[in-house]
Amino acid sequence: MKYKKLLFILLVTICNNVIAAGGGSKLMHMDVDLSDQTSLQRGAAIFTNYCLSCHSAAYMSYSRIGKDLGITDDVLKNNFMFGTDKVGDYMTVSMRKIDSERYFGVAPPDLSVIARSRGADWLYTYFKTFYIDDSKPVGVNNLVFKDVGMPHVFWELQGLQRLNLHGDEGAHHVPTYEDLELVTPGSQTEEEYDQTVRDLVNFLVYLGEPIKLKRTKIGVWVMLYLFVFLIVAYMLKKEYWRDIH
Amino acid sequence: MTDIAKRVVDGLYGLRDWVDARFPLMKSWNEHLAKYYAPKNFNFWYFFGSLALLVLVIQILTGIWLTMNYQPSDEGAFASVEYIMRDVSWGWFIRYMHSTGASAFFVVIYLHMFRALLYGSYKKPRELLWLSGMAIYLVLMAEAFFGYLLPWGQMSYWGAQVIISLFGALPFIGEELSLWIRGDFVVSGVTLNRFFSLHVIAFPLLICALVGFHILALHEVGSNNPDGIEIKKNKNEQGIPVDGIPFHPYYTVKDILGVVVFLILFFGVVFFAPEMKVPGTQGLFLESANFIPADPLKTPEHIAPVWYFTPFYAILRAVPSQLGGVIAMGLATNLFLLLPWLDRSPVRSWRYRGWNYRCALIAFIISFLCLGWLGLQVATPLYTWMSRFFSVIYFLFFFLMPFYTAIDNDKAVPERVTG
Repeated sequence: MKYKKLLFILLVTICNNVIAAGGGSKLMHMDVDLSDQTSLQRGAAIFTNYCLSCHSAAYMSYSRIGKDLGITDDVLKNNFMFGTDKVGDYMTVSMRKIDSERYFGVAPPDLSVIARSRGADWLYTYFKTFYIDDSKPVGVNNLVFKDVGMPHVFWELQGLQRLNLHGDEGAHHVPTYEDLELVTPGSQTEEEYDQTVRDLVNFLVYLGEPIKLKRTKIGVWVMLYLFVFLIVAYMLKKEYWRDIH
Repeated sequence: MTDIAKRVVDGLYGLRDWVDARFPLMKSWNEHLAKYYAPKNFNFWYFFGSLALLVLVIQILTGIWLTMNYQPSDEGAFASVEYIMRDVSWGWFIRYMHSTGASAFFVVIYLHMFRALLYGSYKKPRELLWLSGMAIYLVLMAEAFFGYLLPWGQMSYWGAQVIISLFGALPFIGEELSLWIRGDFVVSGVTLNRFFSLHVIAFPLLICALVGFHILALHEVGSNNPDGIEIKKNKNEQGIPVDGIPFHPYYTVKDILGVVVFLILFFGVVFFAPEMKVPGTQGLFLESANFIPADPLKTPEHIAPVWYFTPFYAILRAVPSQLGGVIAMGLATNLFLLLPWLDRSPVRSWRYRGWNYRCALIAFIISFLCLGWLGLQVATPLYTWMSRFFSVIYFLFFFLMPFYTAIDNDKAVPERVTG
């Protein structure tokens, strides 16, 4: 009976119309630009300074980032690496899972492929839609990640936002980023913070698939080769088939 | 020709003759390529057999290299796939070829099967050819299902959990059967290990053996063609079919052309869109939810199988009773086996069939495609009713076939192949 129950639960879950990203707020769009190396470098710095103390990126080594983003080993060691001095190391964290679960209610996920599961737009919206919610242990909530366990680590940069809900829109109104209002300014202007988030999301997309930029470049050559091959193959076929019909 | 070149060529001929005296080398070459006479009127639909063989080779080769770095354990599987994607030289390329190859396999197999429906290639004397092809298709489905668990992402895990649970719906043996498949009470590292074994050894061997059988059966009865005419009926004095041409070199060079076009599409996906993220989907070839490591305690919000299973998944969901759904799904995949005996028309090809079969086939294809789309969607009452509607058409295509094909107003079939 246990399995039938499981199956039933699964089928019910499938039948529920839930938006895959969780939450229901509409997403802001961001154009990812992996060819902007300085943006990726800034993103890497933000990532190692703000994210890497709780989140790991355990499938990625520092040296790979250095190689791909044009960062020398010395700069890597001095500005990007805080838990180790071996550039070949993977980006792990020393916080124990059992501790982080106690602090945040859930262990912070590894971020190596987070951009591949969440998508750039979701991440971009996520970083921009933290708002004050005193009922939460960390004091903030998020529009696309309801009851998020993560504090707003960029609050010093962005400042703090308040969610304005207009009474006349009723209970069915899904709040969007348009309902957010900056109440405590941060050290960055709105434009500067937007760039910070873009840099970070750019980096996270790179982190999700480091080969992505190179892959499409190689792909162009492969296509060129195949189209030349296609002409040859077509002529060969035509030559042989001349005597048929 | 210089002396050295002549001696090398003579040496090679000598080697060939030496082997030929001990092994049917030239005999096999002639029987299956140089003197295998195929109808000269093959069209677009006849590329997919050789392409399926190509994809099989791609899957086996990339699979061998993936296996060198993959770790089939619940702790190591997800990480080892990312290791392949980042730290193994060209690992990403091998992995994307394999993941794209899985979908490409079903694309070419479905088109290959459609060709058989279009030109009646399953009809006498090609029943065994059809049955062996269907066996390949069914084994391929199992192979794909086993392989999909290996990346050990959320979709891998929960997809396997749902599909194995379906066996639990069978009366009496169900629960024991699903327990036996999993080797555990839930999908676990034990399941992963056995699926790995089945995916890399057992089922590939089975597929290769069946493909061998399929090709031998084809070369015994000869290829059908878009006119559905038996070319062996018209032979010249040497016993060669008048409308036949040697497979090699004519169809080998033609198939090379097909291969290049296929590779352009295939590598187009590998290099530019490996996830195949069509709007409204999570990625048809690589789903975004599968980039989250498997978590037995957290069910994803939307579980859907990979696109090539979705027509049958839509049928499963369309039936209100669980057991009924499982039976309907099993039936939907296996009914193709009966085609040679359900079809009562004396005519093979669509070109000379009456409108009964033509309309039935069109309705069937539309239903199949719509069910495939519906299977990808989150079920709503409207979609469920649409799935029911198309499921009924799907089954009627088979169940009514003996009747509508028997009374069809087929046209006269020409004596010789056309164009």
